[in-house]
Amino acid sequence: MTTGAYVHIPFCQHICYYCNFNKVFLAGQPVDDYITCLLKEMRLVTAAYPEKKLNTLYIGGGTPSALTVKQLERLLSGMREILPFSGGEFTFEANPNDLLTTDKLKVLFANGVNRLSIGVQSFNDDILKRIGRTHRSADVYQAIANARKVGFDNISIDLIFKLPKQTQADFAASLDQAIALDLPHYSTYSLILERQTVFYNLMRRGRLPLPSQDTEADMYALALNKFSAAGRQQYEISNFAQPGYESQHNLIYWRNQQYFGFGAGASGYLGKTRYQNFGPIQQYLTPLHAGRVPVFRRHVLPRSEQIEEQLFLGLRMKAGVNKQQFATKFGFSMASLYGNVIRRLVARGLLAEDHQHIWLTRRGEFLGNEVFQAFLLDSDT
Amino acid sequence: MDIKAMQERQKHIRNFSIVAHIDHGKSTLADRILELTHTVAKRNMEAQILDTMDLERERGITIKLNAVELAYHAKNGQTYTFHLIDTPGHVDFSYEVSRSLAACEGAILVVDAAQGVEAQTLANVYLAIDNDLEIIPVINKIDLPAADPDRVKAEIENDIGIEADDAVLASAKQGIGIEDMLERIITDIPAPSGDLTAPLKALIFDSVYDSYRGVVLSIRVFEGVVKPGDQIKLMQNGKTFEVTEVGVMSPKAVKRDYLMAGDVGYLTASIKTIQDTEVGDTLTLVDNPAQKAVRGYRKMKPMVYCGLYPVDSSKYNELRESLEKLRLNDAALTFEPETSEALGFGFRCGFLGLLHMDVIQERLEREFDLDLITTAPSVIYHANLADGTQKEVANPSEMPDPGTIDSIEEPFVHASIMVPSEFVGAVMELAQAKRGEFDTMEYLNNNRVNVIYHLPLSEIVYDFFDKLKSSTKGYASLDYEIEGYRQSKLVKMDILLNGESVDALSSIVHQDFAAERGREIVDKLRKLIPRQQFEVPVQAAIGNKIIARANIKALRKNVLAKCYGGDISRKRKLLEKQKKGKKRMKQIGSVEVPQEAFMAVLRTDETETHKK
Repeated sequence: MTTGAYVHIPFCQHICYYCNFNKVFLAGQPVDDYITCLLKEMRLVTAAYPEKKLNTLYIGGGTPSALTVKQLERLLSGMREILPFSGGEFTFEANPNDLLTTDKLKVLFANGVNRLSIGVQSFNDDILKRIGRTHRSADVYQAIANARKVGFDNISIDLIFKLPKQTQADFAASLDQAIALDLPHYSTYSLILERQTVFYNLMRRGRLPLPSQDTEADMYALALNKFSAAGRQQYEISNFAQPGYESQHNLIYWRNQQYFGFGAGASGYLGKTRYQNFGPIQQYLTPLHAGRVPVFRRHVLPRSEQIEEQLFLGLRMKAGVNKQQFATKFGFSMASLYGNVIRRLVARGLLAEDHQHIWLTRRGEFLGNEVFQAFLLDSDT
Repeated sequence: MDIKAMQERQKHIRNFSIVAHIDHGKSTLADRILELTHTVAKRNMEAQILDTMDLERERGITIKLNAVELAYHAKNGQTYTFHLIDTPGHVDFSYEVSRSLAACEGAILVVDAAQGVEAQTLANVYLAIDNDLEIIPVINKIDLPAADPDRVKAEIENDIGIEADDAVLASAKQGIGIEDMLERIITDIPAPSGDLTAPLKALIFDSVYDSYRGVVLSIRVFEGVVKPGDQIKLMQNGKTFEVTEVGVMSPKAVKRDYLMAGDVGYLTASIKTIQDTEVGDTLTLVDNPAQKAVRGYRKMKPMVYCGLYPVDSSKYNELRESLEKLRLNDAALTFEPETSEALGFGFRCGFLGLLHMDVIQERLEREFDLDLITTAPSVIYHANLADGTQKEVANPSEMPDPGTIDSIEEPFVHASIMVPSEFVGAVMELAQAKRGEFDTMEYLNNNRVNVIYHLPLSEIVYDFFDKLKSSTKGYASLDYEIEGYRQSKLVKMDILLNGESVDALSSIVHQDFAAERGREIVDKLRKLIPRQQFEVPVQAAIGNKIIARANIKALRKNVLAKCYGGDISRKRKLLEKQKKGKKRMKQIGSVEVPQEAFMAVLRTDETETHKK
């Protein structure tokens, strides 16, 4: 079984206005202790699963690239020593302004990181400023040039759309600039307004001029068209790649496969259990100091939830969900449980099916939540 | 039985109510009385013990009545039996108030030391005076910084016309003045004087359903004696029952051997449904009946109707059972099955007023866990048909075809609006805009005016009260009474969603206001109905003529972009929330309509009806 590991670095030098991930200001944080505990957690947890081998690693945040060279060195070499990972995709999330010199990049490369996910978000400096990013578009070019120089080839960047005051033309320009970089992988997300963010606060006071849903839909359509024209095929709702460059780690989530979650607030899925670590740094560190795992909650998935997740995660992929795999995994056919749901969604033009698969139509990609909801089981399905 | 001893006991009985405007502290005062008479041990006191239902406590209103027996050791060394009869404090329940007042010899009039006499207080005081009650004025909340007892005394004398010189100054909250008040009850309120040997005559002033004992009647015995085993008869409907138990509430039920003239207590007689008994009816003995019933009986009639439908149509039977259960305790609630093309099977329910309607709706949702769709409240219209017959219409969608109608009549109320004089202009402007007809205006004192208007009940049901509150900074109070039907230029307005008329959204409006109201409703629906997978036109129409239109744009994008670093439970929660929201909507044709949309038709935004 394919298994991955997600490693969370919850520190940021600057908090972006839209982000409500588990993160804190870097200054004054016990970063070194955090790394020590993170490695300790890896030792504790992997010891409990001696048979698991890791196919992918992913270090995300927060801002992993905010760590110092020394801290990175200690984290990465420690990970390589502890984790049963013998090659495969190893992704590291970075901010452009942390890659303006090659010192960190070199440490990453030397320790086996082979994929970079760079948080670009936009090429429009006004927009970057408005969403609380500290880098500017020129930094992106510098960062990518540096990464290539050090030897990275598998590079992905993120773009966000439906940002405050963003126009269709702004987004089109960002897409063009992104594509001109000729990277093998791109992700683009529409802004999700989350609580406990600057944006949410502004929105509540009526001071967040977001584009309308119609503009948002137009922007998404534009992204689909431009990436497709550039040969970056969509393989998931928000992800586009040259063939062979699909993110193996993210595919683990969508294929409903297993992964460890290490670090404060990280989520994992092992056996039938989804679990989540304590989010606040001190709450995460304390149990580890005492030699205990820092798990905040565990949820053993009932069969019904495993089934639902197989579908609402799987349908995010362009390839959709394989009927035979479903039947093998759960012991009955997809049609016997969801026949009516599928028929209804097909009739509404949201879903397509053939003998092997079901998958979202183009319309279904825009209205994915309508489809996903329909696969949630309840008393009257 | 020893008549002498009974007569002696009768002399020591005092029956009284507390009359007050909402918020003037009636319940707190009742609590203090219970405390001082040691009826309830202090540690068992839950604030405002007489209001039993959650809803009452939350809204600070009393819906069901309670009669509590208290023993008071007076300063003169004697022990008195008090019956405190609690009354509901809202205009919707004024008949119930009048019946419970009829069970008393006296009333404590509670007036807020800062706010003074309010219209509601007046209405109830008049009911008390009407029942020949001795009234003891109590000025409450004298501990408040804004208290002005002298001004309030003057108001009581000028507005109500009763002596207030010796009004008790009290603060129920602080426990000030309570004992004075209890002493005044003994000296001022007469003991009951009913003939103990006459045939039984007892007034039913409340009833509740108890699943073990059947209907439990709250009664005031005026003449004679009643005891278990007696065959009793209800004088209005002629039904007979055998008494199984009598007793008093103290405040828990305490059995007694008998209840006699002057007593206030409860009676059970294996009565199966509350509809067999009516508040205001008189009880007597089958073999020795009283000649005359207690005066003042009136059949309670619903004034406001709305349709109640389960969101999930499979819950129809649950809704019926829940309504039946509520009716066990609420003789004024009526309902009958009705069918709506849009909403399926449901009930047309009748209520005494809007508050009553809100209370029932909330109890259904809260106590019975039902998701409901409520259609806009409507009054009963009289359609005079061309063939000379008249049809009563409680559901706008049942209004006959305009071609067959000669004229339509609607109920009018006699509305008395009490307001500080500076707001008289605003009140008159509003009443005029709501099709009111001015009657009189009375200066109660330098600063308070009672403005009388004849108004269509439908306007009161719509938004008159809210508008009144907002245009008078909350100072105005409203009391109204149905006075009869008048002909009006009314038309039925239909609402079309996606080209289909939705019967549950139809309403009756005045011709002159139709266009404006149509625009309002269409606009409101456009905002309330979420985007669907296709564009949905919303139209208002009178007959075949479209008078307003708006479009709900199609849903274009609804897909969660991100996976949150493998945090699947977060994603799941969001999907579940969306799905749940959808389930609370009603599928009308191919359009999903949220519950609120059905109420939107006859209510303005931020509607807080007569809640406080």
